[in-house]
Amino acid sequence: MTPRPAPFRSSLLLCAALGILGAALPAASRAQSDTTDPRAHLRPGLYDAGEAAKGLKLVATVKKTDDFHPNDPGGLTYANSDLAFGGHYVYQGNFSGFQVWDVSNPAKPVLADHVVCFTEQGDPSVYGHLLFVSAENGGSRLDCGTQGIPDSVSKERMVGIRIFDISDIKHPKQVADVQTCRGSHTHTLVQDPNDKSVVYVYVSGLAQVRPSSEMAGCSAGDITDPNTALFRIEVIRVPLAHPEQAKIVSSPRIFNDLAHTPTHGAAVADTANGAALVQARGFLDAIGMPRTATAADSDKATHLIAELIYESDTTRSRGLIDSLHTLGINFPSLSGGNRGPSQCHDITVYPSSGFGAGACSGYGILLNIKDPAHPVRVDAKADSNFSFFHSATFSNDATKVLFTDEWGGGVAPKCRATDPIDWGADAVFTLTGNTMTHAGYFKMPAAQTDAENCVAHNGNLVPVPGRDIMVQGWYQGGISVFDFTDPAHVKEIAYFDRGPIDPIKLVIGGYWGGYYYNGHIYGSEIARGLDVFELTPTADLTQNEIDAAKLVHFDILNPQDQPKIVWPAAFPVARAYVDQLKRDNGLSADRLTAIEGELESAQSAGGAKRTATLKKLATELSHDEQGAGDTKRVQLLEGVVKGLETTKS
Amino acid sequence: MSLSSRLAAAPRLAVALASASLISARLPAQAASGPAHDFTKADVEFVQGMIYHHAQAVIMSDWAPTHGARADVATLCKRIALSQRDEIKMMQQWLLARHLDAPDPLGMMPGHTPASNDTSGMAGMNMPGMDMSAHMMPGMLTPDQMRALDAAHGSAFDHLYLTGMIRHHQGALDMVATLFHTPGSGQQPELFSFATDVDAGQRAEIGRMQAILKTLTPSPTQ
Repeated sequence: MTPRPAPFRSSLLLCAALGILGAALPAASRAQSDTTDPRAHLRPGLYDAGEAAKGLKLVATVKKTDDFHPNDPGGLTYANSDLAFGGHYVYQGNFSGFQVWDVSNPAKPVLADHVVCFTEQGDPSVYGHLLFVSAENGGSRLDCGTQGIPDSVSKERMVGIRIFDISDIKHPKQVADVQTCRGSHTHTLVQDPNDKSVVYVYVSGLAQVRPSSEMAGCSAGDITDPNTALFRIEVIRVPLAHPEQAKIVSSPRIFNDLAHTPTHGAAVADTANGAALVQARGFLDAIGMPRTATAADSDKATHLIAELIYESDTTRSRGLIDSLHTLGINFPSLSGGNRGPSQCHDITVYPSSGFGAGACSGYGILLNIKDPAHPVRVDAKADSNFSFFHSATFSNDATKVLFTDEWGGGVAPKCRATDPIDWGADAVFTLTGNTMTHAGYFKMPAAQTDAENCVAHNGNLVPVPGRDIMVQGWYQGGISVFDFTDPAHVKEIAYFDRGPIDPIKLVIGGYWGGYYYNGHIYGSEIARGLDVFELTPTADLTQNEIDAAKLVHFDILNPQDQPKIVWPAAFPVARAYVDQLKRDNGLSADRLTAIEGELESAQSAGGAKRTATLKKLATELSHDEQGAGDTKRVQLLEGVVKGLETTKS
Repeated sequence: MSLSSRLAAAPRLAVALASASLISARLPAQAASGPAHDFTKADVEFVQGMIYHHAQAVIMSDWAPTHGARADVATLCKRIALSQRDEIKMMQQWLLARHLDAPDPLGMMPGHTPASNDTSGMAGMNMPGMDMSAHMMPGMLTPDQMRALDAAHGSAFDHLYLTGMIRHHQGALDMVATLFHTPGSGQQPELFSFATDVDAGQRAEIGRMQAILKTLTPSPTQ
């Protein structure tokens, strides 16, 4: 929410290029949210709201601890925020502390502990015996008090990362507070592939820069100031054995040269065919030449502007603007002064791919994180339908990255029938080498009321093999599960939603995030507590696919530190591929029935017979691949069958 | 319309108290915000001022369809109008929950009947309440500048709109900076989130507007 709100120095070039693309989409052709969806007209209520579900079953719902005022919704002071997972515990952040839920039995979450400590937003991450919490509000105190801070310079203030030792879950201890110049709106845990004794924390902070009288070295200087706290992220290094020694080790300037990106290809074409000159003349007509100007001046000005049109803020462009000034023309500055992109809202890292994705205000940024202490930007994309790049998720094979747009900051109703379907949505980009290319959008399709804050928010992958499936929280728009295997045609496959908290007034609530963890989906409800779901089979998701997902287990899960999903060679995985081949007609129905029969007899057999059956099946599948409608999936199936040959039982 | 015309439920006492001193102004909230982090005088002035600031942005943006704005400019205008209308509603709700004066320059609050739905009537800022010169906040256009914008069409409108709105947004960033530089202010969680979002969101939008500004050319239909 802006509560992970979102947040630059402008790459005018990129913006311009994409702005034109976006404008070319005819507004009239856009689909609208569906007002006939069962989710569109649900009964309002805090704990008795109407519910609609497809493919998701609510198995448990628990209210917030009394200390977080569960019967007094509205406002953000006690809003639940993000989730982190470790063992059989779910760590639920809150603007005023955190709650730890024991989910040994996911159908009966038990509050193991809670801590009252005002921070805003309180996004948590967990690693080993340490819990990390983001603190951003200027009223956040070292002593965790809730009384705020009346002074503009204060030694009591704590904005940055709070670190708790949770070895004894009943008695969390504050072991370190790493202060930063802009606080921490969100943060991202990053494991070092070469050093298991440390973790890194990337800090994204959106707040105003603190005065240097409060924290030495903080500067709000512009991009030319090497010490500015803007235009950078902070990297904290945490020695696990000595968390009290955690400190900032680098402040990568990942926005630095955004305004100096090379000229976009389209611009070259435009210039070559003279379109830039036509545009320049139009621009001059619009702003008017000084009365005293001669025809030669006009011509000169036209050429200067034509050169400027696709130029970003460079030394060269500043020279061109100066020349225009001498002709009496006031061309607007391209630099935007000190107002450029200066921070990320959130960063998701996918260490096994070597990439990170920064959702940074007007840009989606691709980072190379192979050296985790020194991430480097390798691509940046803007999108004219986006208001604010908020968060990111990679596909498991890292060929796609999905960014969310938190239009309205999470506190506004942006899923009404009148809101454009491409706004406040997810945008899927394909990823080839170091280049992201926009491929499609997805927005939770059900129209919501004026009284429901709703926009794309946090989620993660549902580990169904062979497909890219994600679960996502949409605040009061509910939980949505969708398939983005084909990025140009994203399809919703399951959902859960409640009616608004209040019938008339917008009372802030709904799902901060929806995350799949070891067999269940956990939804952090801002006002109502914690919900636990199970996937149930539908035409879009079979029981075999659900069972295959359940085979994937993580010891810890911080959704912004994306783990690589690896499926074991197991019968549910093979059957999931068979179901998918049926769904996409990837192989003839007869063959699929035969394959199902062979899998069945292999599973019920043992020893040599089982091995022989599987060997035979693998050989058949290698022949099936030729002429199959979906060769790739048949190969995946063959891979699992071969793996099963060497697996016991 | 006047600022206080629809404020039956807004006791002036709260404002008077809030003004008394910064420390004592940390009054408990009426709403569900809990005991801590409530508002200061600067918080209230920020929210009330921002309502007028947003209202002018909405009026300017609503002109796009009738003033021949280019497609990408019109899209931008639509987004700004949609976003800022919602934010006005949220700010009004924040003020009313604390029994404070909630300005309603666009007549959006329940029970209000606008004198006319014809937004073109707002052109010269002659409609009651449309002259905001009594509530000028940083970056807002003067009545003369608004008249010039309303008189413009096509690429001239685009140019005046973009340059005006960039300045307008920069003014909003200045308002946010002032709020956070005021001791103890901007800490109430909804307000902190909102002000931080205004800062982040409008910064992004300035970049986008500068990009469009660079590509301006008269529309071919002109």
